[in-house]
Amino acid sequence: MQEGMKNGCAGAPAVLLERISTLLAEGTVARVLGWKAGDMAYNPEPAYFETQEALKDFVYDGFCGANLSKYMIEASKLEGKTLVCLKPCDTYSFNQLLKEHRVDREKAYIIGVGCGGKLDVEQIRRKGIKGIQSIDGAQLVWEESDPGTELKGIGDDVLTIRTIYGEKTLPYGEALLERCHVCKGKEHRVYDELIGQSRDTKDADRFAQVERIEAMSPEEKFAFFQQELSKCIRCNACRNVCPACSCRKCVFDSNKFDSSQKANADSFEEKMFHIIRAFHVAGRCTDCGECSRVCPQGIPLHLFNRKFIKDINELYGTYQAGENAEDKMPLTSFDFGDAEPGIVGERG
Amino acid sequence: MPMKDEFKPKIVAFCCNWCSYAGADLAGSSRLTYPADVKIIRVPCSCRVNPMFILRAFEKGADGVILCGCHPGDCHYSTGNYYARRRMTLLFSMLDYLGVENGRTRVEWVSAAEGVKFSQTMNEFVEKIHSLGKNVRLEDLRCRKE
Repeated sequence: MQEGMKNGCAGAPAVLLERISTLLAEGTVARVLGWKAGDMAYNPEPAYFETQEALKDFVYDGFCGANLSKYMIEASKLEGKTLVCLKPCDTYSFNQLLKEHRVDREKAYIIGVGCGGKLDVEQIRRKGIKGIQSIDGAQLVWEESDPGTELKGIGDDVLTIRTIYGEKTLPYGEALLERCHVCKGKEHRVYDELIGQSRDTKDADRFAQVERIEAMSPEEKFAFFQQELSKCIRCNACRNVCPACSCRKCVFDSNKFDSSQKANADSFEEKMFHIIRAFHVAGRCTDCGECSRVCPQGIPLHLFNRKFIKDINELYGTYQAGENAEDKMPLTSFDFGDAEPGIVGERG
Repeated sequence: MPMKDEFKPKIVAFCCNWCSYAGADLAGSSRLTYPADVKIIRVPCSCRVNPMFILRAFEKGADGVILCGCHPGDCHYSTGNYYARRRMTLLFSMLDYLGVENGRTRVEWVSAAEGVKFSQTMNEFVEKIHSLGKNVRLEDLRCRKE
């Protein structure tokens, strides 16, 4: 771990940092796309590094949840190769962008970084831990482990959180992002080399929440979504972070569209924006969960995307976007025997 | 004479140019009746209908939206209605998930020779919307004339 990281940020595993530094020095890559320390210990942010000196700010710890795939759209237009650090689930988004010809595989040097589940500071706050000053236990120390022994250094098992009210502890597993509880697996789908160890943190059913809502009465469903969506402030963070929302011109930026760049005026607009946004990524969404992670209002936006994924799986065959860069997407293909739209009423 | 407060539903029917619009024409020339509450919007193909069109119709005060296109296999552009079918299935399912009654939306395949089916479908659909009443869940309140 580097010494003197700012704001108590945990730094990056030495093995990863050394390799990145070598690739940059050799000239294999022109720049590095990774994370740097934010203003607090728990919010590292995506950043470019162009020199070895700049790499002193490089961070890769348990809070590096941000999916860097989308930045590769812009990076693909730059001179030279860009080294990008992708976690297993981020590689799905990268594959999807490859399929849509939005990123150039030749311009990317992908380091598949190990991931043992990423942390969510909101989850920590939800446990009643407020006034956070620094957090220990988020750093990753990848060690060579003997085959057969348990993987070590994927992330300490307990987080020690210093707050203005004193020191608190929380098990690592209780502070995970929602998406890590429905982990897609520890395999990277596309990479040039792998560094570090990963673990599958899945401990919940991906569609359990969707099923719970489906079982509600129409009145309950309506009330539930009204309550959630009325919190929306239309900051467009969900759209901006979404790797599937990669249109050059977005329909929501059109001044011909009444609800561009303004807060929802009533319950209809609350739904309209989110239905349309989910629809635009239907069949392309890899369920990376970035929308829910960045929402400042804590709206469970993944519930929309997962509903579409669940329907697609049930009606048109199981499909995981981004699993590879070749398969046809469900909404740009069809089958002669597809169900009629009337099935929605029949399913009840 | 209709009562002043009688519910007159507003129904938008998106009809594809090649089959359903001609089907509506046939219904007219065959002197078959269907309620005047149905407003037809002609589209080149059922696949032209963006999910947003349907939501916008509701926003502007429609009480029901029906999409009519060529029978699967008969699309003038070969495959348009197959894509429309998948899209609408997902949209209707999403509206159901949000707690909007799914009876307010419908897809029906009507060919140019099916004037009778067009008239029957519209009569049934208007009756259904009558039974559901006014659309209050997806309407933009600012569009309401009060």
